[in-house]
Amino acid sequence: MLKLDNIYLELVVEGRSIPILHDIELDFQAGKMYALTGPNGSGKSSIARVAMGIYQPTGGKVFLNGEDITAMGITERARMGIGYAFQQPPRFKGMRVVDMLELAMKHSDGLNCQVLRQIGLCPDDYLDRTLDNSLSGGEIKRIEIATLLAQNPKVRIFDEPEAGIDLWSFEQLIDVIGDSHREDTTTVIISHQEKILNMVDEIILIEEGTVSMRGNRDKIWPQIKESAQCSCRRSCRLEEELYADCPR
Amino acid sequence: MLTALDKKLLEEIAELHDDPPGAFNIRKDGKGVQRRSLEGIEIRSKEDQPGIDVLVAPGKEGSVHIPVILTETDLSDLVYNTIEIGENADITLVAGCGIHNPGSGSARHDGIHRIIVRRGARLKYSEKHYGEGEGGGKRILNPKTELVIEEDAYAELELIQIRGVDNTNRVTEAEVHAGGRLFMFERLLTDGEQTANSDVVVNLMGEGSTARIISRSVAQGNSKQTFNPRLLAYGPGRGHVECDSIIMDQSTVRSVPEIWAENADAELVHEAAIGKIAGDQLIKLMALGLTEEEAEEAIISGFLK
Ligand SMILES: Nc1ncnc2c1ncn2[C@@H]1O[C@H](COP(=O)(O)OP(=O)(O)OP(=O)(O)O)[C@@H](O)[C@H]1O
Ligand SMILES: [Mg+2]
Repeated sequence: MLKLDNIYLELVVEGRSIPILHDIELDFQAGKMYALTGPNGSGKSSIARVAMGIYQPTGGKVFLNGEDITAMGITERARMGIGYAFQQPPRFKGMRVVDMLELAMKHSDGLNCQVLRQIGLCPDDYLDRTLDNSLSGGEIKRIEIATLLAQNPKVRIFDEPEAGIDLWSFEQLIDVIGDSHREDTTTVIISHQEKILNMVDEIILIEEGTVSMRGNRDKIWPQIKESAQCSCRRSCRLEEELYADCPR
Repeated sequence: MLTALDKKLLEEIAELHDDPPGAFNIRKDGKGVQRRSLEGIEIRSKEDQPGIDVLVAPGKEGSVHIPVILTETDLSDLVYNTIEIGENADITLVAGCGIHNPGSGSARHDGIHRIIVRRGARLKYSEKHYGEGEGGGKRILNPKTELVIEEDAYAELELIQIRGVDNTNRVTEAEVHAGGRLFMFERLLTDGEQTANSDVVVNLMGEGSTARIISRSVAQGNSKQTFNPRLLAYGPGRGHVECDSIIMDQSTVRSVPEIWAENADAELVHEAAIGKIAGDQLIKLMALGLTEEEAEEAIISGFLK
């Protein structure tokens, strides 16, 4: 359904070009659920941003159902059926939750007013709330997820949906994402949560800007633990060297 | 008596479709054209100056509409209105000015309002500005509002100007006495070559007087906006000023809030911010299928709501 073909991404920061992603080959199929996991800063959100058209890749192509969409903008991709729930949703002064949900449903076929309830927010309490700093981190995050559920795109990318969500709601969240997944949808969840890694068809491990491993939970889980220890050991050793030189 | 154009202007500024429900006075091109007083709400012409007195009896509840419309070019209309809300009355007052300038000359309205809200009374005041016209003539609005809020009275001012007015100079002065409360919400959008200035002075006089001033604006094109809200506490009052502007294109926004206290128990806060629409806000809405222009529009209209 969604295919990332040999993606390279460099971003220009303060005049310098820094490599973010390289050699990304991913083919997300309809009806399947995927998890992208890996260390902080490894490039998971960047992959989502390339898929959504927020970042333009420096190399490679993006395909949706066989059609090359690399040159298409965010709006067009959204209308073609790609949706992305942000890791850090922006806040809007004056815009209400109901306004946001209405915008989300404008370009979707399935009208779904129950999305707030599904993620554990009572519509009566939240529809008229403003999406500004008056909402807590967990609330804004849940509304972001509800917005993607309302939009109901064919390709759904959730970026760390569990972040900031309390334990009780987390169970509910997993159920909602699972239940709303259909034969013709592709669900991609960026996550560090074992429970989420357990529910998907395939786990994709991203390290240092590329796919380092993919497979089911039993294959990937030991690897995640090991690489976490590795990078700790590496940084510890680095510290040792630094302190060795330190004239105290 | 009222033409279709008049009705359209009235609808824009006062959401009037037919006759207003309560008392009203409609002023068109410098003259009063329709009026209705009610028991307890008397509207009468001033004798020495152009304008009206609106007298609301103590304890009265109801609404008053006093819109002004201008439909001619080369017209300068100056009006003095005095409004007195009697003790413990509860009144919604809709003012506002709509200009349709058909020619190339200017059409200008200077409205000077003196409003007294007596002890324990409540006033909801809304003033909307609207301008249109194809002749290229300037549409100018200079409202001045002097407001006195007596002990334990409450006044809410909603001041709105979204496009259409070329130049505006707004002056608002308020005196809030002990236990009195003021809430003022200003919303402004300018574009093209428009200019808008808003000077606000709020004097907190007595114990427990409070004021909250919120100003939200969007500046587009080459337009220029200046805000100068001042909050002065002479007694143990509390006040908050918040100016928040979205700046776009080649526009200029200047925001100069001032707070001043002469009493050790006063508490005053000001916040002012100017910035463009955040990139991640646009991206979020575009990821829902909106074009960049639609996203901008949605952000601005939410911001000014
Ligand atoms: N706009 C940007 N400007 C500068 N650097 C960026 C930008 N976007 C991403 N990066 C860098 O690219 C790398 C990958 O970032 P990305 O957000 O994709 O990581 P991630 O895997 O999602 O991490 P996390 O688990 O912390 O969310 C990081 O080093 C990050 O600092
Ligand atoms: Mg991330």
